[in-house]
Amino acid sequence: MSMSAEHAALEADPGHGGADEVRVSGRWVNVLRQMLATRRVIVGLACIVLLTAMAWIGPLFNPWEFGERDYSAFLQPPSPDHLWGTDDTGRDIFVNTMVGLQKSIVIGILVAVLSTFIAAVVGAFAGYFLGVTDRVLMWITDLALVLPSFLILAILYPALRDKGWVVFVILLAAFMWMVTSKMVRGMTISLKEREYVLAAHYMGVPAWRIIFRHIIPNMSSLLVVDATINVSAAIITETSLSYFGFGVQPPDVSLGSLIAAGSRSATTHPWLFVFCTGLLVVLVLAVNLIGDGLRDALDPQSKHRS
Amino acid sequence: MGKFLVRRLVNYVVLIMLATTFAYLLAATTLSPRVNYEERSPRPTEEQVDQRLDELNLNDKTPLAERWVVWASGVAKGDFGKTVTGTPVNDEIERRVWVSLRLIIVGTVLGSVIGVAVGAYAAVKQYRLFDKASTAGAFFVLAVPAVVIALSLQVFATMFNQAVGAQVFVYNGEGTLGLEAGFWGTLWDRLKHMILPTLALALAQFAAFSRYQRNMMLDVLGSDFVRTARAKGLNRRDALLKHALRTALIPTVTYFTFTFGVMMAGTTFTEKIYNWNGMGSWVVDSIVTNDVHAVAAVSCFMAVCIMAASFLSDILYAWLDPRVRVS
Repeated sequence: MSMSAEHAALEADPGHGGADEVRVSGRWVNVLRQMLATRRVIVGLACIVLLTAMAWIGPLFNPWEFGERDYSAFLQPPSPDHLWGTDDTGRDIFVNTMVGLQKSIVIGILVAVLSTFIAAVVGAFAGYFLGVTDRVLMWITDLALVLPSFLILAILYPALRDKGWVVFVILLAAFMWMVTSKMVRGMTISLKEREYVLAAHYMGVPAWRIIFRHIIPNMSSLLVVDATINVSAAIITETSLSYFGFGVQPPDVSLGSLIAAGSRSATTHPWLFVFCTGLLVVLVLAVNLIGDGLRDALDPQSKHRS
Repeated sequence: MGKFLVRRLVNYVVLIMLATTFAYLLAATTLSPRVNYEERSPRPTEEQVDQRLDELNLNDKTPLAERWVVWASGVAKGDFGKTVTGTPVNDEIERRVWVSLRLIIVGTVLGSVIGVAVGAYAAVKQYRLFDKASTAGAFFVLAVPAVVIALSLQVFATMFNQAVGAQVFVYNGEGTLGLEAGFWGTLWDRLKHMILPTLALALAQFAAFSRYQRNMMLDVLGSDFVRTARAKGLNRRDALLKHALRTALIPTVTYFTFTFGVMMAGTTFTEKIYNWNGMGSWVVDSIVTNDVHAVAAVSCFMAVCIMAASFLSDILYAWLDPRVRVS
């Protein structure tokens, strides 16, 4: 993959191809340029930046604090006083939704990074050492694939709920790395035959350093795409778990718990439901757009599909 | 080939056994069926509760290992034990599987057929209006979690009912309880209850399949054999349908097999929101009611479904695609 990208960079840059100075723009610069040329990625990035800014800056301009109750306004529709209305205990929906959005974004990103990291390490070690290591690691991977993750998470998390939402992030990541690690393993098996890996090996570089220095960085495009796609998967899983009350627990709120609370009165008091649901859809859509654009920018084979 | 398949199957069976045991141990240590008796009035004495829990093999005063041995020897004979209410888990599985199947068969088949048709047509008309519209639609639906699809449909149905002033859409349960309307009346009632949950499932499937089929079709459309088919004089329609679409359907069929298996117990959200008592909603119900044996049974069922799905889709792929068979 990386060779073809360099090749493409060479071809795209014929003007600088002097006799003795061939300037190849860096791989990531190249990818970045390609990404920015895709409208999908721009739209996605703009949405994410906007949502993030809204989630963290929005509450600062709002007169109501998170958790504060307005005892003069229960279940009020949107008004200048409460931009997005209030719920049945007089809490401001705008502040609630923004705090929920913050949590959903943070959980999504953390889970994606963590699970991709686990996938890279497990897959690379299994593919590099093969033999017993491979058997054991792949067996664990298969077992984790077979375990019904939703059920396990739903049982485990309430038991650990006082440990806070960080535990939730770790648990979510623990059930999202399997498929990627299998792909990483396959790529590692072919990468380890490359000359630079063999050279490092004969020079006496220890195996773990070869893995972290040579193998994993060479799969970065796969990993970046995977991490992006995992962000939306994590957000959706978090929402679903929180909807059934197995996820983020009060007093913390996430988009999922807000949707659960709002869905009961969605027809009579739509403002409880519409805003959090809409934001969730926009957030996931934006992440998906970036992931899709990234995959096209990094994978020369999928060019003709976009 | 035969030996390879047998080895894989044995591996699967071991994995399923381990997964089920893990789920049992996890459920037995974290869920407490004792709590279920604390809110009854009159509150039963501790001896009574102990006796009842002993009958069900759920007493947390018995050592875990002992309970596990009793449960595992039952499972080995094909008996998953009893639920917290004392009914056999096996009967419950039987009943719920049919409920889920009814929903999933119609939902997945409908969604995938429409998805494949739309995806294939969009690939043929690449960059035209139809392609752009269907891609945008699929992207949007893929970004909406199953929970939100199901809930939104419910909300729309409620608003529609209110606007019309009649109960056109029903969105609660599998059928009207205690309805006596003869065979056709019951059938109609069941159908009416099925529309919305099926639609919720089909929508998500449609989006996934149309994206998938479009990509597969585009990979095939540029290939040599389609050009050859045109060059030898086939008209465009035949070349596209008989040569391109047929080849592009191979991966989709395996994808369908896999999806179907995963869906068997994966429709938790749709079933729960529309109050269908299928396998999916059992996932949530069993945890809420502290039903240890049900949790283990659901895990086993899901593991079997996933394994069977991946096994079948692999075999199907090798059977349908000669290129895989050769290598």
